[in-house]
Amino acid sequence: MGNTTAHSTQTPTTAQSTFDVSAIRKQFPILNRQVHGKQLVYLDSAATAQKPDVVIDAEAAFYRNTNSNVHRGVHQLSVESTDAYERAREQIARLINAASADEVIFTSGATESINLVASSYGGMHVGPDDEVLITHMEHHSNIVPWQLLCERTGATLRVVPVTDRGELDMNTLRELLTTRTKIVSVVHISNTLGTINPIREIAALAHGVGAVCVIDGAQGLQHLAVDVRELGCDFYAAAGHKMFGPTGTGFLYGRKELLDAMPPWKGGGSMIRNVSFSGTTYADVPARFEAGTPHIAGAVGLGAAATFLQSIDRQALQSYEHDLLAYATEQLSGIAGVRIIGEAADKASVISFVIEGIHPHDIGTVLDNEGVAVRTGHHCTQPLMEQYNVPATARLSLAMYNTRDEIDALVQAVRTAIEVFDV
Amino acid sequence: MSELSELYQELILEHGKNPRNMRSMEAANHNAEGFNPLCGDHITVHAHVVGDTIEDLSFEGSACAICTASASMMTQQLKSAATSDADSLFEQFRNMLTGPESNADAYEQSLGKLASLAGVRRYPMRVKCATLPWHTLKAALEDSADIATTE
Ligand SMILES: Cc1ncc(COP(=O)(O)O)c(C=O)c1O
Repeated sequence: MGNTTAHSTQTPTTAQSTFDVSAIRKQFPILNRQVHGKQLVYLDSAATAQKPDVVIDAEAAFYRNTNSNVHRGVHQLSVESTDAYERAREQIARLINAASADEVIFTSGATESINLVASSYGGMHVGPDDEVLITHMEHHSNIVPWQLLCERTGATLRVVPVTDRGELDMNTLRELLTTRTKIVSVVHISNTLGTINPIREIAALAHGVGAVCVIDGAQGLQHLAVDVRELGCDFYAAAGHKMFGPTGTGFLYGRKELLDAMPPWKGGGSMIRNVSFSGTTYADVPARFEAGTPHIAGAVGLGAAATFLQSIDRQALQSYEHDLLAYATEQLSGIAGVRIIGEAADKASVISFVIEGIHPHDIGTVLDNEGVAVRTGHHCTQPLMEQYNVPATARLSLAMYNTRDEIDALVQAVRTAIEVFDV
Repeated sequence: MSELSELYQELILEHGKNPRNMRSMEAANHNAEGFNPLCGDHITVHAHVVGDTIEDLSFEGSACAICTASASMMTQQLKSAATSDADSLFEQFRNMLTGPESNADAYEQSLGKLASLAGVRRYPMRVKCATLPWHTLKAALEDSADIATTE
């Protein structure tokens, strides 16, 4: 197994010494609230993460003091909001070690980021005899845009299988890569299985046949330190709201020379250089891909989230989350009837499970009643549900603010469910 | 625990575990599939209708306890009933789950066992679980080719 992350080896003791979870928790105001009269135990960060004060305050401060449109006016507020918006782009570029801030395009989330690549890059580079390669563990948002592209262009979509443990079948991936492959798009961390995929290796393999490598990084940045240049990917699609930023935000990283050559995908204001009925010319990157008034306050909040993440000792965070994952896995496995789905060697703190005789939806309701928030359903990965022959799973996803005590609360609630349903 | 036991009443748990009329049906002349993409409930309802009478009624599939119990009780209640009864019972059932609270007791009479599902009204996210079998039955009786959903 490729040792793709620093947390593959167990270092739980250093975690306690350098990672102060109670100091982190103090920065997330929502964690104080109660649900159904119980202390909230939020284990659904893979759906959307909670927001720290610095993000909430940055967005509110923008509306209070700076709000106006960007790139439009000569007045003072417009200058300040343009500065704030572009500063956020730089904060993100620093977080992911992009070569320049121009390589960061603001979007509404990972979904829009992937659609941008499929529509603009895909529309230009993929033809009827070409192939796009994805995997069986993709989120619907890294499946459907490619299906649409293939329908439009006559190209063929190929799918890398997933082993029963929940890892990519790398031998088949190698076999499926040919000179016909133009795009390889793979999830960094599976939102259902927690699997961390060997991105460096996949990017190198893709480049070996002349394809570009797109990473669905929706679940990446909240768990791992991501260096896009070190990963070697061409595009990285991120969800701002899952990395502690505001909802409705995200970004696409793209290598500058690829972005420069790509056509616009949405037309409107801000993305043009000059509009005339005899022909319109387009703005440079990144403005070319940001038609219309963007979510300026959201971008400012996302910039604050990027800086917040950078201020954290990522090595210590990874060890801490790895310890939580190991603890939760051990505790859940100890309960008769519980089956964990996804046992990759390299795994982030996401656990899908089912209980013999209780439908996941019923598990979710019992847990909610105990104040424990988990996600139940197919997690937008229906092909995976089919592979594991389950209609749905219950999923806990642990973030930097979760604790062992919260895992104990979850385990207690799971026992309650088993009691209620008498299985 | 008390709120929970109001939702998951003994009768519901029992029907969830040992659903009645959960079987295929060779003689069925009306069938429909129902799917709730949110939670993965996926059932098929079979009916054998002669004239205006539902001679036989069954369901198959995989669903949560609420959906399974609702389907089980629905098939029990409507077997041998007139097709028009299906509509009016569905209407009352839906009212119990989403109508004004004050009427809750009144449903005991008309809905029988199905009244045990009244607790679902406090769980808006679960109302669709309870109504999926009914939407599916409706689609079957109307010979709809589309997969029934609760939307
Ligand atoms: C792996 C993965 N890809 C893509 C997405 C879509 O992200 P967004 O909702 O930000 O568009 C998600 C989130 O649900 C995800 O978990």
